[in-house]
Amino acid sequence: MTRYIIQRLVYMIITMFLIATLTFFLMKLLPGSPLASADKLSEEQQAVVLEKYGLNDPIPVQYYNYMVNLAQGDLGISFQFDNREVTTIIMDRIGPSMQLGIQAMVIGTILGMLLGLVSALYHNSPLDYTSTFLAVLGQSIPSFVFAGLLQFYIGVKLGWFPVALWEGWEYTVLPTVSLAIFPIAIAARFMRTEMLEVMGSDYIVTARAKGVNKFGVIIKHGLRNALIPLITVLGPLAIGLMTGTLVIENIFAVPGIGEQFVKAINVNDYPIIMGTTLLLAFMFIFIILVIDLLYGVIDPRIRLAEGE
Amino acid sequence: MDNHKPSKDLFVPVDRTDEQSEKIERPSLSFWQDSFIRLRKNVGAMIGLAVLVILALLAIFGPYMNDHGQYEQDLSRAKVPPKVDGLGWLGMDGTLSDVIEADSVEDAEQKALMRFNNQEEFITTEVLNDGSNGEQVEVKATLDVYSARNIEENFWFGTDGLGRDQWTRTWMGTRVSLYIAFLAAAIDMVIGVAYGGISAYYGGRVDNYMQRVIEILVGIPNLVLIILMILILDPGILSITIALAISGWISMARIVRGQILKLKNQEFVLASRTLGAKDSRILQRHLIPNVLGLIIINTMFSIPSAIFFEAFLSFIGLGLPTPMASLGTLIDAGFKSLQIYPHILLFPAIIISLVMIAFNVLADGLRDAFDPKMRE
Repeated sequence: MTRYIIQRLVYMIITMFLIATLTFFLMKLLPGSPLASADKLSEEQQAVVLEKYGLNDPIPVQYYNYMVNLAQGDLGISFQFDNREVTTIIMDRIGPSMQLGIQAMVIGTILGMLLGLVSALYHNSPLDYTSTFLAVLGQSIPSFVFAGLLQFYIGVKLGWFPVALWEGWEYTVLPTVSLAIFPIAIAARFMRTEMLEVMGSDYIVTARAKGVNKFGVIIKHGLRNALIPLITVLGPLAIGLMTGTLVIENIFAVPGIGEQFVKAINVNDYPIIMGTTLLLAFMFIFIILVIDLLYGVIDPRIRLAEGE
Repeated sequence: MDNHKPSKDLFVPVDRTDEQSEKIERPSLSFWQDSFIRLRKNVGAMIGLAVLVILALLAIFGPYMNDHGQYEQDLSRAKVPPKVDGLGWLGMDGTLSDVIEADSVEDAEQKALMRFNNQEEFITTEVLNDGSNGEQVEVKATLDVYSARNIEENFWFGTDGLGRDQWTRTWMGTRVSLYIAFLAAAIDMVIGVAYGGISAYYGGRVDNYMQRVIEILVGIPNLVLIILMILILDPGILSITIALAISGWISMARIVRGQILKLKNQEFVLASRTLGAKDSRILQRHLIPNVLGLIIINTMFSIPSAIFFEAFLSFIGLGLPTPMASLGTLIDAGFKSLQIYPHILLFPAIIISLVMIAFNVLADGLRDAFDPKMRE
């Protein structure tokens, strides 16, 4: 197991290194610099600005400096906000994003599992059809469309929750719900399939035959076994949430990294784009690793150390 | 019980021959016929298919169904609500209405006038709550936009902030979505199938190297890769397609590789090779057709995600450049006047949701049809 973890960590570092290199050189290919409206500046002033961002050095030197700084957690200085470090900007803004993501993940999976459970237990009933249909809707309708509907009907028309900004828990409600729809749908569909399969297996029949009541069977034997494969969808779900926050934060004006990222793209603030890209990539790889490891811990039948 | 025992004379032995007992009564179905029958029985999938056909037809012919071009601006008819003769009961009657609260009926009517720019002769008011029970007075004011602006023709989906016809633009946007869907799926199929097929068939060192490449690519999140590609390429349909294709084929390649590894050592492949078939023939004639079901299922599932990504990119401003219409840019524009003119957001939002639902339902149906073991 230890060997497997070390091997995965090495792969993780190689991937991160490649992503950092790729982003660096792609950004160098792009037009645009901190001197976008530089006509007003004199030659000397331009030179000072270029010097400040280290853009006078040859590209290999810039690359070396970037990598050395990166290894120390320094992502450079933003073009957009004078003298502000990208690391600080990201750190200031990661809170709301994390809060939204975690709330949506927890609420989404729990509600989704309940929906899937109801679907499976009342298989082929109107209840099942309704919840399956809702799950297809939730999986299909893009989160930004759903967010628009919520904002208009719940926020504007009914006025139950604030439409935008970030000033208290009630401000998190609409963005969280918009984000949670996708996890609800995915978890519900997955839970339904797994639960149907588990409830049809021999050990469930045995438990029933031995006199365990229906509720006990569902909780103790059914649910527990159906939960194991659910871990596999947690990865895609977490990644879906990361994509979702980019738009949802914009729609609800949440001061998170997603909103910052989209703004940075629109004004060519490369240090922030690179920093956020690396952060997203890191979180992605890290989540996949944790899920793979969890999978082995929870289900002993899977021997990760032996690999494929 | 004895009285029920039938006499043995009643039974006559059937004249059975091997030919009869081995005879196949039902017509034998190929894999494809069998799958198609299963698909046709799936009501949801057939509805999804029908919706897609209708939407595709509207996307092709819709823009020609009225005289407005997609870039034709006219500020005098900006933000006109939708109007279709005979569909007034659906709210598509060309009016804007708002419920106004005030202390008295007169105040409310005064506010209504201000709300709709003093166009008094075109406003009808209806008192919802006259305040006799001590609550605020509520008056519903309705403005007939078409008469007020002196517009003769009907805009079926209304117009946007620059007076462009939403009907034409929505269907032009749907064209983009469908185009992206099919192109992304095609590239996904070609690259994914070729990569996976070659990697598995030749095996050994080739497979080893090709799999290392995939392992690294898998580590890079799709979203990051797509955004980076879009940033360095010029905005437009082509760069979106390339960006989607670059990240989209990996799961396909893995599935095809797994299947071909399983198939390539089976007897029919050996037989074909003994008869002198070349590698390309074995791949094309024997291996790929056997994986085709899975390839189709996987492609169908990648289509909705491609459509979503295009709309998503256009929505955050990385997709199509401004004058062009895509469902994502239309929805983005709709957000800007959501509060007063919700119709600008509504129609593109409905269309993209329909497209996504239809593709998802059809993909589910195809999976159940091609691979009954995976049926939910």
